[in-house]
Amino acid sequence: MNGAGALIKVLENEGVQVIFGYPGGAVLPLYDALLCSDIKHVLTRTEQSAAHAACGYSRSTDKVGVCWATSGPGATNLITGIANAYLDSTPLVAITGQVATELIGHDVFQEVDIVGATTPFTKHNYLVKDAADIPRIVKEAFYIANTGRKGPVLIDVPKDIQEKVRNYDFDVEIALRSYKPNMEPNFRQMAKLEEAIKDSKRPLLCVGGGCMLSRVSDKIIELSNKINAPFVTTMLGIGAVPTDHENCLGMIGQSGLKAANDAVESADLVVVLGARLGDRATGKHNSFARKAKIVHIDIDPAEIGKNHNTYIPIVGDLDVTLTKILKMDIEVKSNEWAADIAEWRKYVETTGACCENGLDPKDVIEALSDGADDNVILTTDVGQHQVWAGRFYRTKTRGSFITSGGLGTMAFSLPSAIGAAMANPDKRIVTIVGDGGFQMCLNELGTIKQEELKIGIALFNNNRLGMVRELQEHFCGARYSSVHLESNPDFSKIAEAYGVEYILVDKKDQIDAAVKMLLTPDKIVMVEFDIDPNANVKPVKAGE
Amino acid sequence: MKHILSVLVENRAGVLHKVSGMFGRRGYNIESLVVGVTQDPSVSRMTIVIDGNDNNVEQVNKQLHKLIDVIKINDITKTAISRQFAFIKIRCTPANRNEIVVLANIVEAKIVDVSPEIIILEVTGDEDKLSNIKALFDKYTIAEMVQTGVVAIEKGTSSLKV
Ligand SMILES: Cc1ncc(C[n+]2csc(CCOP(=O)(O)OP(=O)(O)O)c2C)c(N)n1
Ligand SMILES: [Mg+2]
Repeated sequence: MNGAGALIKVLENEGVQVIFGYPGGAVLPLYDALLCSDIKHVLTRTEQSAAHAACGYSRSTDKVGVCWATSGPGATNLITGIANAYLDSTPLVAITGQVATELIGHDVFQEVDIVGATTPFTKHNYLVKDAADIPRIVKEAFYIANTGRKGPVLIDVPKDIQEKVRNYDFDVEIALRSYKPNMEPNFRQMAKLEEAIKDSKRPLLCVGGGCMLSRVSDKIIELSNKINAPFVTTMLGIGAVPTDHENCLGMIGQSGLKAANDAVESADLVVVLGARLGDRATGKHNSFARKAKIVHIDIDPAEIGKNHNTYIPIVGDLDVTLTKILKMDIEVKSNEWAADIAEWRKYVETTGACCENGLDPKDVIEALSDGADDNVILTTDVGQHQVWAGRFYRTKTRGSFITSGGLGTMAFSLPSAIGAAMANPDKRIVTIVGDGGFQMCLNELGTIKQEELKIGIALFNNNRLGMVRELQEHFCGARYSSVHLESNPDFSKIAEAYGVEYILVDKKDQIDAAVKMLLTPDKIVMVEFDIDPNANVKPVKAGE
Repeated sequence: MKHILSVLVENRAGVLHKVSGMFGRRGYNIESLVVGVTQDPSVSRMTIVIDGNDNNVEQVNKQLHKLIDVIKINDITKTAISRQFAFIKIRCTPANRNEIVVLANIVEAKIVDVSPEIIILEVTGDEDKLSNIKALFDKYTIAEMVQTGVVAIEKGTSSLKV
């Protein structure tokens, strides 16, 4: 058996069923060995999409996503997807071909130092120097990617190593003497937490992406009910819990809902669950939850206290920790702020859209939200449409909202939908994308057609790089610079070229019928919504 | 305040890049970093000196811990004996050579090379000693100087083990 065969065998042992990738000279042995395996390969139209698709696959299944690419440009094209996975803590194993060991360092054809390049945004990475190490390294990569604070691991495999014929020992143990994620919360801090909850009159739960990775949706709802605490989410938290729950106040942060932000502002206890309290979620430094005791629960000790002072730091696995919290004697029945919350909920969020100029994006998202059942997974691109989705879409189940949070990566939509569709043939996958982002990944229509993936594409066309236009409106005195997409193509022709059904919606009364098409199983369809280009995420001046 | 961190890492290629890259990326300044193998050939020991408040140092600690190749970290600022090592190459003339030799003997700098125009001193000591000695010889022409960062070990019975 050669190294490539050994590598594929370990992937099989790890339960891998799908690899997203793109071939090239330095991975010929891998592609050849793949022919003898049941692992399915999905040929995306660029390597970046392969990495994003692996993310979508992972985030819709709780499995490790796998992508690979050839050396040099193939590897560098993966980088954006790897960084995206890193910032959203998505478990990913990325494999790259490398030039032959003896040529490394000579700047030969298609050689780049991908291990050096990806060190800042991988959880760990490897250059395989001895073929005998392949089974151990691949095993370790999966273990590291999918435990503790999850994240991407890259394995760079020189071509001669892929070709190396020898005996491979697949019974090897992983050898990670220093890597032991701390699962158990400290009992003293837990005792402090118990007191803090009992003392609290305005307790609030803040749900982050870690809740998705730990699968604690049910426990959060239980705790929320038990201590009578509403919950808010970060952008990634939307996918972690059903946000249509009556206790949910929506997304917090710079572009969050007023009800959610007001609750954070006036809570006396905020229990942060698996969130890193990034600037997007908290606004200005140290202005987050000023009246509250902040309890920060996270598997990654480095996140606690990094951005905000914490009253009670708890390092631990969310599932383990929440199980313990739920066993505490902490029924809090008196609720001082129910009336306030009811009042905040009445606030009507708007986009400032005006029907003469096009559709109100809120109408579209709400129609989608109302029409979607718990069988729907929504993925998004990055821009205004993403934030509108974050604000107005209500998820019915855990795992039904997949977006690029930490890196804010345009061109995430179609690829992540491809990944989700590969993993969930019995679910309806819908993706929301702007006209800018769509033109960064429309090549993936080819992948969608080739694999016959039943995806509904909601194209929010405002003929603008809308999010940046809005920033320029607010912060540059409406001096617009390079945000008009004046020569947008005729999107119907693009759909037609790829053999994808297309519907144009430019009137409000057409929305419902079109949304129905987006949600119809077994349909590959693209609906273009003509959105009012002046509609905003924050209709009033931001930063007030 | 200066902190001395003693860090055990896997003795593998690429580990130094991962550690130093983390410092650069997060804007922490390394005052000095020394790395060498330990009594266990699979383990290297880095002695890292950083300047920062307690918060910074705690973050450095946590971020170091996240690197898979880092095995153990100890802040030994308060308990360490530390040394640096330097070579100082001084230009001399027949007129001042004797003076330099006498001075070197007084401060316990070892003379390791002598030629008609050059004396090379070998100096070991803590940071203060090294800078004092350098100051002392500044009035001659220091042609070249090379020094290591700090290596440090805890006093007494405690030891950093894998
Ligand atoms: C790869 C990448 N490049 C640039 C940006 C900066 N950016 C954020 S949103 C945005 C505009 C997106 O425009 P579009 O896809 O049309 O969505 P809209 O905001 O109009 O809904 C840009 C350029 C980004 N997030 N990602
Ligand atoms: Mg747009």
